[in-house]
Amino acid sequence: MLSSVQNPRFLLLHLPPKHLHFATTKAIHTSQTLALSPSTSPPVSQILTLRHSLLSRRSTAVELAEAYLARLRRTEPQLKSFLHVSENALKEAAEIDRRIERNEAVGPMAGVLVAVKDNICTADMPSTAGSRALEGYRPPFDATAVRKLRESGAIVIGKTNLDEFGMGSTTEGSAYQVTANPWDLSRVPGGSSGGSAAAVSARQCVVSLGSDTGGSVRQPASFCGVVGLKPTYGCVSRYGLVAYASSLDVIGCFGSSVTDTGILLHAISGHDRFDATSSKRQVPAFTSQFISKDLLESKPLKGLRVGIIRETIDDGVDPDVISSVCGAACHLEELGCIVTEVSLPSFSLGLPAYYILASSESSSNLSRYDGVRYGNQVVADELNSLYGNSRAKGFGSEVKMRILMGTYALSAGYYDAYYKRAQQVRTLIQKSFKEALDKNDILISPAAPSVAYKIGEKKNDPLAMYAGDIMTVNVNLAGLPALVLPCGFVEEESTSLPVGFQMIGAAFDEEKLLKVGHIFEQTLRGCNFVPPLVADDFPC
Amino acid sequence: MALTLFRGIQTRPFLPYPYGLFPRKHVLFYATMKSTQTQTATHEKEQPLLKVSSHTHSKRLDNVSKGYEAIIGIETHVQLYTLTKAFCSCPYSYGSQPNTTICPICMGLPGALPVLNSKVIEFAVKLGLALNCKLSLNSKFDRKQYFYPDLPKGYQISQFDIPIASGGFIDLDIPVEFGGGHRRFGITRVHMEEDAGKLLHTGNGSYSEVDLNRAGVPLLEIVSEPDMRTGIEAAEYAAELQRLVRFLGVSNGNMQEGSLRCDVNVSVRPIGQLEFGTKVEIKNLNSFSAISRAIDFEISRQVLLHNENQSIQIVQETRLWDEGAQKTVTMRKKEGLSDYRYFPEPDLPEVILGKEYIDSIRDSLPELPEMKRRRYEKMGLSMQDVLFLANDINVADFFDATIDKGADVKLAANWIMGDIAAYMKNEKLSINETKLIPQELAELIASIKGGTISGKIGKEILFEMLGKGGTVKGLIKEKDLVQIVDPVEIERMVDKVIAENPKQLEQYRGGRTKLQGYFAGQIMKLSKGKANPVLLNKILLEKLNAKS
Ligand SMILES: [Zn+2]
Repeated sequence: MLSSVQNPRFLLLHLPPKHLHFATTKAIHTSQTLALSPSTSPPVSQILTLRHSLLSRRSTAVELAEAYLARLRRTEPQLKSFLHVSENALKEAAEIDRRIERNEAVGPMAGVLVAVKDNICTADMPSTAGSRALEGYRPPFDATAVRKLRESGAIVIGKTNLDEFGMGSTTEGSAYQVTANPWDLSRVPGGSSGGSAAAVSARQCVVSLGSDTGGSVRQPASFCGVVGLKPTYGCVSRYGLVAYASSLDVIGCFGSSVTDTGILLHAISGHDRFDATSSKRQVPAFTSQFISKDLLESKPLKGLRVGIIRETIDDGVDPDVISSVCGAACHLEELGCIVTEVSLPSFSLGLPAYYILASSESSSNLSRYDGVRYGNQVVADELNSLYGNSRAKGFGSEVKMRILMGTYALSAGYYDAYYKRAQQVRTLIQKSFKEALDKNDILISPAAPSVAYKIGEKKNDPLAMYAGDIMTVNVNLAGLPALVLPCGFVEEESTSLPVGFQMIGAAFDEEKLLKVGHIFEQTLRGCNFVPPLVADDFPC
Repeated sequence: MALTLFRGIQTRPFLPYPYGLFPRKHVLFYATMKSTQTQTATHEKEQPLLKVSSHTHSKRLDNVSKGYEAIIGIETHVQLYTLTKAFCSCPYSYGSQPNTTICPICMGLPGALPVLNSKVIEFAVKLGLALNCKLSLNSKFDRKQYFYPDLPKGYQISQFDIPIASGGFIDLDIPVEFGGGHRRFGITRVHMEEDAGKLLHTGNGSYSEVDLNRAGVPLLEIVSEPDMRTGIEAAEYAAELQRLVRFLGVSNGNMQEGSLRCDVNVSVRPIGQLEFGTKVEIKNLNSFSAISRAIDFEISRQVLLHNENQSIQIVQETRLWDEGAQKTVTMRKKEGLSDYRYFPEPDLPEVILGKEYIDSIRDSLPELPEMKRRRYEKMGLSMQDVLFLANDINVADFFDATIDKGADVKLAANWIMGDIAAYMKNEKLSINETKLIPQELAELIASIKGGTISGKIGKEILFEMLGKGGTVKGLIKEKDLVQIVDPVEIERMVDKVIAENPKQLEQYRGGRTKLQGYFAGQIMKLSKGKANPVLLNKILLEKLNAKS
């Protein structure tokens, strides 16, 4: 099934130093004869470009919005990334133009089209969480993240598709539609934030919000070749995020560059008095220390300790993915990082612990969809059948399965063996991450064990799908921030599919992750992460 | 003073239990009690103190339940008197239009999150300390999960394995009418939770409506040890809790509005048996007397079943107290143990109490009912006085303020428990709502004691002050009520009355000495009640008996 590996070409071409154990895996960027796409420049911040155009009056917000909307209209029939597209985008853009015309101050996100995952509440648009249980539901309030976006001038362009309530890794679990991967329409975009990842990848919007409970931002970012950021738990308010597993859920960011992702994160982070778990820390200006690539020294990351997690480049992971990630490690090394292998012995326990905890919390969080208040109420002459039938009709099979698993795990007599045990594992995982991050500045791993797979391929094999979350769930259990960056391609059936790698930082160390990510991205050569679908009208 | 009459089981011949329980000769006795029955529930609001006019009822119960003992435990829900609900900023006021004090949070809308109102912690700590509990420095919230339309999230935020307070006790004094005596009942735990909404059933019963105004209102659940043995003890426990929450200012403790709700667990066992009998829960107890009557009914019912070897019919169930029928009826049988699938609430951080925080609350606690009672007892007041005065914080404060102004303790108690209490009852006012202030009561007592005014005039002034306010000095002056103690002036009046009644004088001197009262009355009338009675009588006698 696998064909040749297409290796990216790095800024500095050296053989990897001998002490690296992982260099024994498949050859990494040693073959300079391999055909590469013409040298491309690193990704440019769409937000900064757009802002410059607006403030210099080179283009209007309406013109810019129209360009995105045109692309959206053209690609949407194939991609189906949106569940709802706003009717007010141009109106809101016109308002920004008026303000600029009157020389009034506009926010840092002025005119930026943001797509929002449909499990994040928006007052002016439906918010279904991809479920029939919330069909037609319009919340009376904006999620805090959405409110902050609007306050900084952003335009919410629409609501993106997802696996129902965020439960899934392919976006096939949506009750409404299946979203395609912009790189290969026969493949999944990943999930559960597949719509948001695909929309950024296909430049249907500038940036987008997703949510990440067990990898739902990072895995689709890897599958779609975009930057995905899962912030520290507590960094971004969850108020208005339809809860799946409250102790793991975070709102995350997608962008086509690290700068855009950082600007988006800055716009939505900060303490919120409506979320008791939100942090009171000061929000740093994540992108202010970014250095233009022309000013970079030869070893800009000199001394940065990078640990590559041994358990993530092991059996069960696609060798081509391992190659790409090891290539990224080499690249970091060439940038001056000290790369070593670290072991997280508890790593493999993360997956079962995650599925027990997430299912348990979801079985509770989803109790409110009882047919009494939202969605379709099934006519019944007795209360229990009203509940039973409304829920049977409202939920899809994956959701039902997780509710059943969670209900079981929390039941008297099983609680200690499942929920309590999983919490103990969680503590263990937090400890082992802490130890690893005391010795390293960042940890790296693949973002997913494979590249994007075919639609339908794992639909009837939930365990295979769950196994795909192995790279990401531990980070949620530990509550840490992680940034996924595209780092190369794998050729499958003569299609180039992007691969991302994950950088994990200490709690609230987003600034460092973004800084490293920015340097990595700016120095990565030979990779163009604009999918062919839109390459024509989105020149890089 | 107002007596809330506690009555026993109402005899209704068609009811199987009471009728079967009591020998026929008592029917008459119970029938006489029936007439006062309707009074019992209505005075609770103003007068939580239970009073009984006879011991007969409990004696009957003793006879019936001979050889058995009842084990009674109470779960009390107290609605906290906070400005906003537990986890959102909605206000709550009883009786608002349905669904007018709600928001996305207390409606449990998708994406909404709870944020704890810190007052809830403060009130929980206050009550925990007042109940002599150990506080958990590190507690948490848990989700209690079940489906019901009045529970919008499908779970109730509560506390499960680590309550904020546990292992305390409450002290109280049983009123003299019930045999008196001091009691200490154990408190198992106090925990914080949120209230649910209410279901409104439509007239034809074809559908129900949900009112979420009450959803998310903070509650403290107080669980007692199974330390009570009679309905009276249980009712007194509840009354003491009500006093406590009112003294602390954490709740209005109003039972009719559901601010204080008691669910009672009752079981009986043969005396000497170690294991408990099957526990029955009783709900819908809207007054202290209902608690007492429901428990005594339930004890009788269970004992009867034991006596008839039908104890198998005592099943673990929830029974409702039917106020109209004066009996408990089955509401639902418990099929196995319900599994609420508790787990820690992930939306709320742990509740961590600092030592300084606890100390600052402890230092701010007011004098509590038990402390007051002991203090009043030391002042030499009778237990009846003590219980009356310490029952209501406003009355107690009024009494204390009056004493502070130098009033005689016993006299102040008498005035408050007598004429003032009667006035409050008639006008349906609390002591603070009358126009009387403690300073003036003290002044009044002093004026009578010092002879400035008579007791009779004092009463007049009292009612004037209760209704319209004013000062004792002002009223005496305004109405010219100073007692006449000048013998010359009194003599003048005596002379006048004697002169106007020559016939009576003749009769008196002829031997009808009883007529002295007539003369005294006429003179008092002439003086508009102001003549000093001792002087008056002395001068009158001298004049009447003087040889003409
Ligand atoms: Zn509310």
